[in-house]
Amino acid sequence: MSLWLVILLAGLLTYGTRLSFILLLDRIKVPNWFRRGLRFVPAAVLSAIILPELASRNAILDLSLRNPQLYAGALAILVAWRTKNVLLTIIVGMAALLIFQAVLGMV
Amino acid sequence: MTTRKQEFWNGVRDESPILLGVAPFGLIFGALAISSRLMVTAAQAMSSIIFAGSAQFIAAEMMGTGVSGLAIILVVFVVNLRHALYSASVAPHVRHLTPGWKFLLAYLLTDEAYVVTITHYNQESDPAHKHWYFLGAGLTLWATWQVSTAIGIFIGAQLPQNWPLGFILPLTFIALVVPALKDKASVTAAVTAALVGVLTFGFSFKTGLLVAAFIGILTGLLVEGRPK
Repeated sequence: MSLWLVILLAGLLTYGTRLSFILLLDRIKVPNWFRRGLRFVPAAVLSAIILPELASRNAILDLSLRNPQLYAGALAILVAWRTKNVLLTIIVGMAALLIFQAVLGMV
Repeated sequence: MTTRKQEFWNGVRDESPILLGVAPFGLIFGALAISSRLMVTAAQAMSSIIFAGSAQFIAAEMMGTGVSGLAIILVVFVVNLRHALYSASVAPHVRHLTPGWKFLLAYLLTDEAYVVTITHYNQESDPAHKHWYFLGAGLTLWATWQVSTAIGIFIGAQLPQNWPLGFILPLTFIALVVPALKDKASVTAAVTAALVGVLTFGFSFKTGLLVAAFIGILTGLLVEGRPK
């Protein structure tokens, strides 16, 4: 299979996945629990992205107390919860990451 | 009541912080694609036709190793399956739009555009022009991805192993998700999905993410119980 065909088909399948329910939900009748479940999509999917991201370094799980991302992430969660401020959360989280990296690097 | 123009620029503005985290990955993708001996045009085409960061990385690596085309297509499909959840999640919000808008917004439905847009949709109740917000956020991310891929292709990118800017992505997700956890059911859904996500870390091709998301959503539904 030519490289171009692979890129095109992979792109079409990805696009089809993104378009799927945008078109389908208009046409089909879905059960009530399905509609109620949609409310949890952002919280569930993103949390399932966030924690493994914090808990891994260079694609290896690192749940040890020496992983600076866990501390920086916990602090960012606290800031996001208290302030609801996106920029502040990012700034505090990045600063915390650099500080904890330096501190844990010395221990 | 906001105008179309205001909504569009609000989307651009809210998408901006995440770009600092996305652009380095675009650079690395461009550089990696070239080092996998992909043609310049093919590397750029992947960013515009597939337009999905992690799937592109895996595909580019596979292309360099001579795996069959069918296997690559299948892997990209599985890695991107989470977008079906995003599609279902935005569907009620774009229902009233013309088919043209739906086809356009679906193309822009990436992780980073989705999280910014759905957060906005769940906060604001003014529905008239909110698709312009989606368009602003989506196009901003799209342009950043295309340009950073191109720069990566032409100048390459050498980033140190513990490159901290990538950390902006989970931080932005935290900033958007945490304030939206307002009741017991959504907190339970988030915590369960996060823990299952760690337990299924070793699953190939992001299937752990899907399992975690589904279990999280089901737990949320169970805690919420039947509507009275």
